[in-house]
Amino acid sequence: MFAMLGTRRQVAAEAKVDPMHQFTIEPMFGSEAWELAGYNIAFTNSALWMAISAVALWVFVAGGMKRQLVPGRWQMAVESFTGFIDGMLEANVGKAGRKYVPYIFSLFMFILFANVLGLLPLGLVGVHPFTFTSHFTVTGVLAILSFSIVLIVGFWKHGIHFFSLFVPHGTPWPMIPIIFPIELISFMVRPFSLGLRLFVAMMAGHVLLEVLSSFVIDGWNAGIGFGLLVGLPSFVLMVGICALEILVAGIQAYVFALLTSLYINDAENLH
Amino acid sequence: MPQIAQLAETYSSQVFWLLIIFGLVFLVIGRGMVPKVMDTVAMRDSQIAEDLAAAQAARDLAEQQEEAWRKRENQNRADAHALISAAKAEAAVQAEQKLAAAQKRLDETLVGAEQRIAAARAEAAAEVESIAADAAQDIARRLAGIDVARPNAEAAVKKVLAHG
Repeated sequence: MFAMLGTRRQVAAEAKVDPMHQFTIEPMFGSEAWELAGYNIAFTNSALWMAISAVALWVFVAGGMKRQLVPGRWQMAVESFTGFIDGMLEANVGKAGRKYVPYIFSLFMFILFANVLGLLPLGLVGVHPFTFTSHFTVTGVLAILSFSIVLIVGFWKHGIHFFSLFVPHGTPWPMIPIIFPIELISFMVRPFSLGLRLFVAMMAGHVLLEVLSSFVIDGWNAGIGFGLLVGLPSFVLMVGICALEILVAGIQAYVFALLTSLYINDAENLH
Repeated sequence: MPQIAQLAETYSSQVFWLLIIFGLVFLVIGRGMVPKVMDTVAMRDSQIAEDLAAAQAARDLAEQQEEAWRKRENQNRADAHALISAAKAEAAVQAEQKLAAAQKRLDETLVGAEQRIAAARAEAAAEVESIAADAAQDIARRLAGIDVARPNAEAAVKKVLAHG
């Protein structure tokens, strides 16, 4: 989004800042015509940032693979992340949670890297960072993946008994016909809330920064008085909100992973 | 809002590339690398636990040996003590015996000496008596011209000696 700042500054006189433009998907390297079975699979800027996140994550984890008995700082950092995920699954699912560490770790770190890389002020050097987690097509797919795991594990382990998840313990039997649909609906809403939460949080933060940046630019363009009255406070607020966004980037990745592990707990252990 | 405006034209590429790239992340990083990292952690934890256990065992052993040493030491001390007190007792008994023997010898000497003294005294007394009797006979003859018989003179002397 800082990229906008750069480009807008040059054209500020004639163009207005469009806070939504940063989410535009553009095919890259002339790939807009790529198709697979009739579906367009253009390699877009979104796909590029997915790849960058994946490579950055690979570099990060690979740096921690020295397998020293006394770890260095890098190895310590990687081990603390795996330990964090391991501990979270242990606490929420129990011993059976161990086998989900690869998935939850991939999910958490991929989202975390995507969120943080999307916040990098690369606009200052003229590159457009793109936060692909601000697209519900992406977060939706991740949510559906998590939800599918819950369904598959649940029905695999418990069969038809999995439906007892929708009847909490101690429900009086006359209440069952009412409770069951309520619980079922709240269960079916999970993938939507999971995917939308991340998408909304990331998009809102980036839009907010963009809007504030337009205040800064338009304020200073309107003269020194508006600049001091509107531009400067907006800029100070932006600095604070940038820090908040870094926090949100971590928290949203954590929430996504935590909720996924809680849902997996339902599938593993019912209630 | 490009997320919705571009949905129809971009959803397939978004889903496709996400599945490919997240799939690679899961397979290469999640399944390939994370277990190794966690193995390292587990290895280190078990190594630490082993080292701690070994240290604990060594300490227990040392404590046992110290305990055994202390016991042996106490035993030795007690033995030495017993030996010393036995020697002391024996020495005391011997000293006592020697003392008793010496005392006995002394007593015997004393008794012998006393007997000898008593004999000498009796002898002297007898001699004094006979001399006194002689003197009495002599005095009686010279003064009164009476010949006193020897036994009478002795009896008279005895009577005077007895009365002091």
